[in-house]
Amino acid sequence: MSLVAAKAHFATIFHFPVSSDHATKSAMRRDDVVYDVSVSTYSPDGRVFQVEYAGKAVENSGTAIGIRVKDGVVLAVEKLIQSKLLVPGANRRIQNVDRHVGIATAGLLADGRHIVKRAREEAQSWRDIYRQPIDGPNIASRVGNYVAAYTLYSSVRPFGSSTIIATMDNTGPKLYMVEPSGLYWGYHGTAIGKGRQVAKTEIEKLNLAEMTCREAVKHAARIIYNVHDDAKDKEFELELSWVCEESKGLHQFVPKDIAAEAEQLAKDALTEDMDDD
Amino acid sequence: MDHFPTNWGNPRSEEVDSYNTYPVASHIGNVPHSVRQIAGYGHTNGHPTSHTQSPVVTGTSVLGLKYKGGVMMAADNLASYGSLARFRDIERLHKVTDFTVLGASGDMSDFQYVKHLLDSQMIKEYNADDGHTLATHNIYEYLWRVMYNRRSKMNPLWNTFVLGGVNKGESFLGAIDLKGTPYQSASIATGFGSHLAQPILRKELEQRGGENNITEEQAVEILKKSMKVLWYRDARSMNKFQLAKITSEGVTISESMSVETEWGFAENIRGYGA
Repeated sequence: MSLVAAKAHFATIFHFPVSSDHATKSAMRRDDVVYDVSVSTYSPDGRVFQVEYAGKAVENSGTAIGIRVKDGVVLAVEKLIQSKLLVPGANRRIQNVDRHVGIATAGLLADGRHIVKRAREEAQSWRDIYRQPIDGPNIASRVGNYVAAYTLYSSVRPFGSSTIIATMDNTGPKLYMVEPSGLYWGYHGTAIGKGRQVAKTEIEKLNLAEMTCREAVKHAARIIYNVHDDAKDKEFELELSWVCEESKGLHQFVPKDIAAEAEQLAKDALTEDMDDD
Repeated sequence: MDHFPTNWGNPRSEEVDSYNTYPVASHIGNVPHSVRQIAGYGHTNGHPTSHTQSPVVTGTSVLGLKYKGGVMMAADNLASYGSLARFRDIERLHKVTDFTVLGASGDMSDFQYVKHLLDSQMIKEYNADDGHTLATHNIYEYLWRVMYNRRSKMNPLWNTFVLGGVNKGESFLGAIDLKGTPYQSASIATGFGSHLAQPILRKELEQRGGENNITEEQAVEILKKSMKVLWYRDARSMNKFQLAKITSEGVTISESMSVETEWGFAENIRGYGA
């Protein structure tokens, strides 16, 4: 009995689905095995499809970007509003992890919140053990390893969420991005979600080494407005946070007046663009 | 060679623990009943559980006084090791929030632990970022539960804490001791201060007709006078102290200061070794 036939056999006995009917039938026709239902099975060319699907969940999300400049890090999120009935400011996608650490998420909201919860626990556990704030490399590796663990067992699914970690430690501002695979790198600037390609191109144009957070906030707002697709997604809220010298090393939402100015500039730039067209 | 120091000097019984698992695996399941009978079983080092019996490195009195528009606190910079004036630059007034100060007398390592507990709570609040902050009386309640919980485990945190703050225009001043006894008053003095300084503070409050008739400058003078008396008579005190001011504007903890003293009277004292 082939593996699939055996699976189908047991399925009829115990009344549980092996995979979707369609997948099973087509697989049976080719007398082949399904490679995309479990995170613990490689495809013949060495891919883990579930992890790639998790990546898709992120790609369809509202854009999130992180920019590291000389005196700090700025996070910005295009938070798409699912319903007009939602309270403004609900379902935040930028959250505090510790006083000096912030995370922006893209992808499944609930998964993002779960990762943030874990990051908070890791930051607190570091404080409990070492009695000092966790630094950039350590919070990134703790979060990265946690996410990676969800790509290793058939009983779990990978997180459908990528996270951008912004922090300041003894050696300066730090920016990381963690993917659903658990892969994490440090970045000068990064973008995830729908508008990531355009956003990355825009960030590449910036002179990050010379820039201050004050300027970076304006660019971040501009980029988010720039990548927002008005035709497909109507409403969105701009979330802007930073951790910098001006915020005394605290990760916090950008003060209202500065954020409002940046947002206004972004809107103005957009209408200018349209006029040019 | 037995590599468990806790076993050294003790008889080893093959009867009850033939694989010599005690004490290292004693907390893991499937331990024979006979092993569980051994005194100290369940504790990591194989010895009976022990609790703090006395403080080690200690701070002396903390003073607190309400005045019109705020709360003023005072504590010196000394952490003693018994009668030895061991650490002379210790800050015993700790800013908990923008509007709350914690002062600690008693065991300094327990104080450090409590600072960590409170800081952890403050980070939780910061992370929530919901526009709410903990008022002084909320922190006081929490600290009270912590202290009472520990005394109920027969393992108290060996401190008397003073918590001062201002929230929504309301001043708060309270103390909690190692047994979890809460006490709120317009004037607070811990340790030796409860004998030497509290009478002074109460007299000032009474003579001036309550805290609302005391200005900030007067509060400073009253506390300095009390600190001077403590320096004269408390052998675990030091003439180097800080003041903390809490108003609706926020917290200010001063630089260390000292008071002018006059020791001429000591010439005539006889019988104390002089």
